[in-house]
Parts: sequence; structure tokens; C-alpha cells
Amino acid sequence: MTKSQGGRGSGSNYNQPSQDGHFGVFGGRFVAETLTAALDELADLYSRMQTDGEFLRELDHDLAHYVGRPSPLYFAERLTNQLGGARVYLKREDLNHTGAHKVNNTVGQALLAKRMGKPRVIAETGAGQHGVATATIAARLGLECDVYMGQEDVERQSLNVYRMKLLGARVIAVQSGTRTLKDAINEALRDWVTNVDTTHYIIGTVVGPHPYPMLVRDFQSVIGREARSQILAAEGRLPDLLVACVGGGSNAMGLFYPFIDDVDVRMIGVEAAGHGLSTGEHAAPLNDGTIGVLHGNRTYLMQDADGQIMPTHSISAGLDYPGVGPEHAYLKDIDRAEYAAATDEEALEAFRFLNRTEGILPALESSHAIACAMREAPRLAREAIMIVNLSGRGDKDIPTVARRDGISL
Amino acid sequence: MQQVGTRKMLVTFITAGDPDIQTTVPAMHALVAGGADVIELGIPFSDPEADGPVIQAASERALAAGTHFSDVLAAVTEFRRKDNATPVALMGYLNTIESQKDFASRAEIAGVDALIMVNLPPEAAEEFRQRHAGPKLDLIFLVAPTTVERRITTIAQAASGFLYYVSFKGITGADRLAVDEVAAKVAIIRQKTSLPVCVGFGIKDGATAAQVAKIADGVVVGTALVRIMAETEGGPVAIADALQKRAADFRAAIDS
Repeated sequence: MTKSQGGRGSGSNYNQPSQDGHFGVFGGRFVAETLTAALDELADLYSRMQTDGEFLRELDHDLAHYVGRPSPLYFAERLTNQLGGARVYLKREDLNHTGAHKVNNTVGQALLAKRMGKPRVIAETGAGQHGVATATIAARLGLECDVYMGQEDVERQSLNVYRMKLLGARVIAVQSGTRTLKDAINEALRDWVTNVDTTHYIIGTVVGPHPYPMLVRDFQSVIGREARSQILAAEGRLPDLLVACVGGGSNAMGLFYPFIDDVDVRMIGVEAAGHGLSTGEHAAPLNDGTIGVLHGNRTYLMQDADGQIMPTHSISAGLDYPGVGPEHAYLKDIDRAEYAAATDEEALEAFRFLNRTEGILPALESSHAIACAMREAPRLAREAIMIVNLSGRGDKDIPTVARRDGISL
Repeated sequence: MQQVGTRKMLVTFITAGDPDIQTTVPAMHALVAGGADVIELGIPFSDPEADGPVIQAASERALAAGTHFSDVLAAVTEFRRKDNATPVALMGYLNTIESQKDFASRAEIAGVDALIMVNLPPEAAEEFRQRHAGPKLDLIFLVAPTTVERRITTIAQAASGFLYYVSFKGITGADRLAVDEVAAKVAIIRQKTSLPVCVGFGIKDGATAAQVAKIADGVVVGTALVRIMAETEGGPVAIADALQKRAADFRAAIDS
């Protein structure tokens, strides 16, 4: 945390967010008054923990011995050769315990919950990866755990639902609104406001009210810190391009943030274009959204002229969210990062391609990043270096892909 | 927004457009006829994160019936044709107001008196006034059981109209009211402000309303009324009748 490149207090030119949690005009803390005290408590504790040797040692220990870090930075040689352009490296977050980057954040936040003496944690989940990562760490620390999940996601991610139950968590299917990730967040916020004395809300991505976007980014920045030193060791220089998928955007922030001052490193976040950006049936607010306030922060949203949040579509439950982390909104507006999109079809093609060229099964979320890499690599010189964040593994998505092939497992 | 003499304020909440926009204006008049001093008109929103299931369902009904924000303002305009006295406060979430062009002037022309923004922190009040609310509308802020004393002062300075004390940690419509705790907190709030202090959340019947009226300047009733909107059959007239009776019950209880 404290050692991050481009982080606070590191002499960085980039000093975001402000004290009150703003990234330019984005971010902030727009919540029901009842939650203010808990957010203050969390921000104060987090600020103290950044110089707390014992906390940092415990975090480093858990990341090394429980999560299995560092994750490899793998040179995808066959993929590179087939694409015929830039050298493509994959940051293997899929090899973490529980199979995705989500656990980097839950390990950190669970340690904060422990410090606050809160015996219960709650989480929202879309694809189920964050729910599994939260249930996992709750099991290990002996915390009570409830996970909110939209009914539609419960149905399409049944494997992860059962997995959470095996871990001792209660999975609460959310029936309100569009019955997906955004509604799960609403319901988690309602739970938190009710049980705030005993409960810590482990938000799974870089959204929500301050300090969450900062805190989740910082815990996920272990991805970029490792990738930075790994690529320097492997290639002797920084990469030309970073690519990561963006739903809320935590794996992308985690990869991007330690490179933020390296202005020659391009960054592309890849949103879910669903059936195509022109159809309106997608989950790409940075490409096709407008600024508004949802879930405690100001950011780009999929909304209508009355500010009603619109239904989104993506084949990947983890990207199926109408908002995006406020820091991504900021990076877009200052032109530090670019935001592309990949359709369901492109993601599926990338999913199959990576399986066959490298023997790696990516999550459908991460497949959006692979799809962008397949587009970008051939446009770049053979000396160029690209790092793609392989944010999670795709076991959970096998039934979805099989169904599209007409196979019922 | 003033108390009428010494009588305690009865603040009543319904969601605009629930179950359809034709019901809204008759419902507002009925609440006044039953004894309401202030109408809180909820703006239906797709993601009402601070509301319980009853008011969430009201939003969903209103949106399903095709209610737009312009309909909400039109309802206030129509209400004002017969009632130019009863204050009307719009209650909802920031995203609605921020999406509207010329919100302040349109709201003033319609006859809106105040705004209650569930997710507007007092720190952002001034910017919100400049960009959206304008100088004339009262901004009513919520104070929670978890609000520390220093912050009550900040909120009181940003607020006008009245202060809305949220009686417990939770969402609208929950059943967790503890009158002694509310009394203690209201006493602290009174030291920080001369604004009237109204108490809401969890006031489900005459008995709870009467208890709260003894310690506060007013009571806010929402879920108990919205339930009537959901459960009464027979269209706008039947709903208005039922609302008037229920409002009268609350009126009698807090005046007792």
C-alpha cells in the first residue's frame, strides 16, 4: 500500500482523490446520513493502517501465503505469434486463491473489519467472484457473512452460489429492480444502514462512497506493483500498453495505478459492449453514458433523461453494471486512460482463442480484455510490450458458454 | 415552513405517480383534508437505496405507470390550483434533480417549497444550491442516530425549513422505534438549531405518532400511508378517502 508507485506520499504528480474523496468532479460521498459515521470510521482507520507495521505485515503475509502472491506475469508466446504484433504478457490473477483478483481486496478489507471489531461482513456480487472471495476470507477469520446477489445472477452463476454456501455464507437473492449487480448493491447498502454497528460492508470494486474507491484501488494495486517490477525484470523496460476489463473497474485500477506517473505507458480499459454499443444493450457507461450520482459517488452512468438508471446487458455478470468507478471517469476525462469496449461475441471469441492458443481458461469478464488485446496487438510493432490483466479464471462460465453452443452440462 | 400555532406538524409522504399520476393530486388534497401540515412528495427513482420494500415498490409502481419527472412537477402545479398554503417538499435522490435542466425555476413555478435529498451531504449543499436548487427552495436535511454532535451543527447550518431526524438506523418502514433514544437525541439537536425538528422512520400508527409528537415538533409518516396506496382498491377516489381517514387518525393522535 505505502510502497505503491504513483501513490500518495510517493512524490507522485497524481494525487487523487482529494481529502474528501473527489477525483476531479467525480467520486465524493453521497449517502444516507446514517452511514457517514461508519465511512468516517473506515477512512480514519485506513489512514492509520497505512503506517501500521503490524497491519502491513499481516496483509503481506496473507497475500503471500493465503492468496499465493505474487501472481506470475506470463509471456504468452503462442498468442503473441498468432497475433503477429506486440509481445503479450498476461498478469495471472486467475491463479490467485479463489480464482480472481477479488481476493486481494477482501483480504485487506477483512483485516480492517477485524480491527474495527465488527463480527459480520456483507458483500454484493455479480458474477459471484467477489462473493466467493468475501465468503472465503470470512470463513478463515470466523466472521459471519451475508452476500447479496441479484436473482438473475443467482441463476446464471449457480456454481459460485453453491460455493459460497459451502464456505458458510448466506446468499440472499435480490428480487428488486433489474435483479442484477446494481440491485445487489442497493440491498447491501440497506443492510449496512440497518446493521452498521456490527457489520462492515466489503464493497468489491472501486465504486461506492469515499473511501471505498480509494481503498479498493489501493488493495488491488498489488497487481500493478508486481507487474511493474516483473516486466522490468523480464524485459528491462516498462510496457507500452496495459489492458484490463472494466465493470466497476477494480482489476483495471489495480493494474493501472502503479503506472499512473509513467506517462508513456498507454492504458486501455475495456467495457462490455454487450450486443453492440449502437444497440443500447450494453454496460459501457464510459463509452456511451452520462454523468450522474449512484451508489454514493458521481461518475458516468447508463441513465435516461430523467436520471433513471437503465437496464444493462453483458454476457458477463461481473461487467453487467450501469456505473463505473469514479477514478476511471476521471482518467477518461483527463485523457490518461482510454476506454474501449468488446461485444459479447468478441469476448466469446477471445475466450475460445485463449483456451486453444495458451491452454488458459479466462473468465468471460477477462475475455473482454483479451478481445481488446487481439485487436491492439497486430497494430503494434513486434518490439512493443503489452500487459493484459487476466483478472479471473473461467470455470464459472463454462455452463454459460456451453449453453450458447447448445450443450447442456 | 412554519408550525401552525403550537400544534405539532404532521408531515405526510406519498410517492408521486403511485399507482398512477391521476391518483397523486387527489391523494395530496386528501392528506391535507385529513390534517397534514406538509406534503412530502416522493420522486420515483429506479434505485432507492435508502428505502424499505414498501416505498421501493411505490417507486416501481410509479415508474411502471410511466411517471416522468415532468409529471411530478405537473402534479404540484395542479395541487396549487386549489391549495396555495400547504407546503410541498419533493423528496428523492440526487440523480433525479441533477438530470433536470432549469430545475430550480421549474420547481418554483410549480409551487414546490422544499427539497429533501436523501443522499445529499451537508458539505455539498452550497454547490447543490448553486448548480441545481437555487436560493429559494428550503433544503431539508436528515440527521441520524449516528450523526456526531459536531456534524449536527454543520447540518443545521446547511438546512432550512425543518430538520428531519431519522429515528433509527435503518431504512424507511422498519419497526425499530425507541422513543427514549429519540428523545435524548432530539434534545441534543435542539441545542444546535432553532429550526423545528420533525421525526420520521418507523411511525406506523397513532400510538407511536403520539409518543413522538410529545418530544418533537412534528412527525413524518410515510410507509404507513404508502401501504394504503398499494392496498386500496377502487381507484383515486377510494385511495383519497382511505388516505384522508388515516391522516385524520394520525392528526388526532398527535393532537391528543
